[in-house]
Amino acid sequence: MTRHRGRGIASINYPIGMNLGGDPSQALVHSNPSGKFTVALSSIDLGQGMKSVTRQICAETLGVPVEDVYVDTADSDTGPHCMGSFASRGTHRVGNAVMAAAREARGVMMEAAAEELEVNAADLETDGRGNIHVKGAPHRSISTKDVAIAAQFKQGKTISGRGIFLVPLSNVDPETGEMSPATCYAHACLVAEVEVDDETGEVAMVRMDSAYELGRALNPRLVEQQLVGGAWMGVSHALYETPEPYYPDPVHGPRDFVEYLMPGPGDICPHDIAVLERPAPDGPFGGKGPGEMCANPVLPAVANAIFNAVGVRIDNLPITPEKVLRAIKAQGGARPQARR
Amino acid sequence: MTKTPLQFRHNGRDVAIFVDGGTNLLVALRELIGDMTPKFGCGQGGCGTCSVLVDGELHLSCLTLAETVAGRSVETLDGMKQGPNLHPLQRAFADSFAAQCGYCTPGMLMAAKALLDRNPSPSRADVIEAISGNICRCTGYEPIINAILAAAGGRASA
Repeated sequence: MTRHRGRGIASINYPIGMNLGGDPSQALVHSNPSGKFTVALSSIDLGQGMKSVTRQICAETLGVPVEDVYVDTADSDTGPHCMGSFASRGTHRVGNAVMAAAREARGVMMEAAAEELEVNAADLETDGRGNIHVKGAPHRSISTKDVAIAAQFKQGKTISGRGIFLVPLSNVDPETGEMSPATCYAHACLVAEVEVDDETGEVAMVRMDSAYELGRALNPRLVEQQLVGGAWMGVSHALYETPEPYYPDPVHGPRDFVEYLMPGPGDICPHDIAVLERPAPDGPFGGKGPGEMCANPVLPAVANAIFNAVGVRIDNLPITPEKVLRAIKAQGGARPQARR
Repeated sequence: MTKTPLQFRHNGRDVAIFVDGGTNLLVALRELIGDMTPKFGCGQGGCGTCSVLVDGELHLSCLTLAETVAGRSVETLDGMKQGPNLHPLQRAFADSFAAQCGYCTPGMLMAAKALLDRNPSPSRADVIEAISGNICRCTGYEPIINAILAAAGGRASA
């Protein structure tokens, strides 16, 4: 019995969002009389942090402290329409919609402030701390709270804004099949190192090194959280999970976590990640989305690493010990490839 | 079916309920006591999100017959917070971004508490061993392991 080390590499080009029906998302932003803002969405935060990111985007666009923004998500009865949280589209699509809504709300807020300060709205700026003042004259100032109160009780205005992000649907060219399925792409490259046991066919992860280009990282900690966790979803797809419908028959499918295998805490390995920021021209503050692409390069990199380690090319997932062992036996033993 | 009276301590408070024979502790806690912090994951000990402490020892509440905790002390995540203050483990989980969807978090925290209560300065291998019965879809475990080590470190220096 020998354990063979192997290294594999994979690069991906990942579209943000999709082409279905123009992939729209909407947002509504309004001020409460307290001067705090509410963002209404029907988009869902599954833990990936969209609530935090849309809150930042809204606060930055309005020019108010992030603490003054509340994001109300995931209610399709009361929130405006959203296609959903998938296709790595949350930050980009919903973020753009929030930005448009916040921009419109900011316009009304500045007009209301201008009326109170008796100046032209174009001469006003926000200080990011909850005040609006005349450019170059910080003492000519009014708080966003007082603006909200004036708008509500005196001027009869709603400080609110509507936003939608809609990509024109790209039709397929009947002659060439050409189309533009996405407006921007994220990129990643990952090197996986594995150890393959030629007696059992088991594959253990040794280490991962990766680089992700995902536009501007609007919240670096959340990006890191996605990339660290998502890589293990990738490993899980590569080595452990057999999802629907890839069973001989549905009754052979797993019924619970005892039968549906996933990596445990003892299976993880070091993972060194580099985040490269190249702001997307059409992204909110340059953001694209680290969503699904954090798992994607792992699968081909692991498959390549297994080939490098024992010379077997497994082309269906997951790469179970049984498949590896059968392939090793079929070629008459492990054939380690050259290491680079 | 005859119901059996059952008394035990729940997060330091005496509780008394009536259970059907065969009721598991998870159902007793969630449906009869109203403590929703232990989660139902797989119902057969495969995921760890229902973990609670019984007399300080880690148990899978979905596999524990409710009647076996009579007269004993049951701790759940609901009792971890100390007044308005988060437990050092909860604080460390938040600081380390150790939760995303949050479904595994109650079990992870209870497994971590069971570890730190008996071993205040664990090694990384000890931490991995302690949470090896708990699965997580989102985090890749690394932030959870780091959070537990950070909480242990903070406690040691305090």
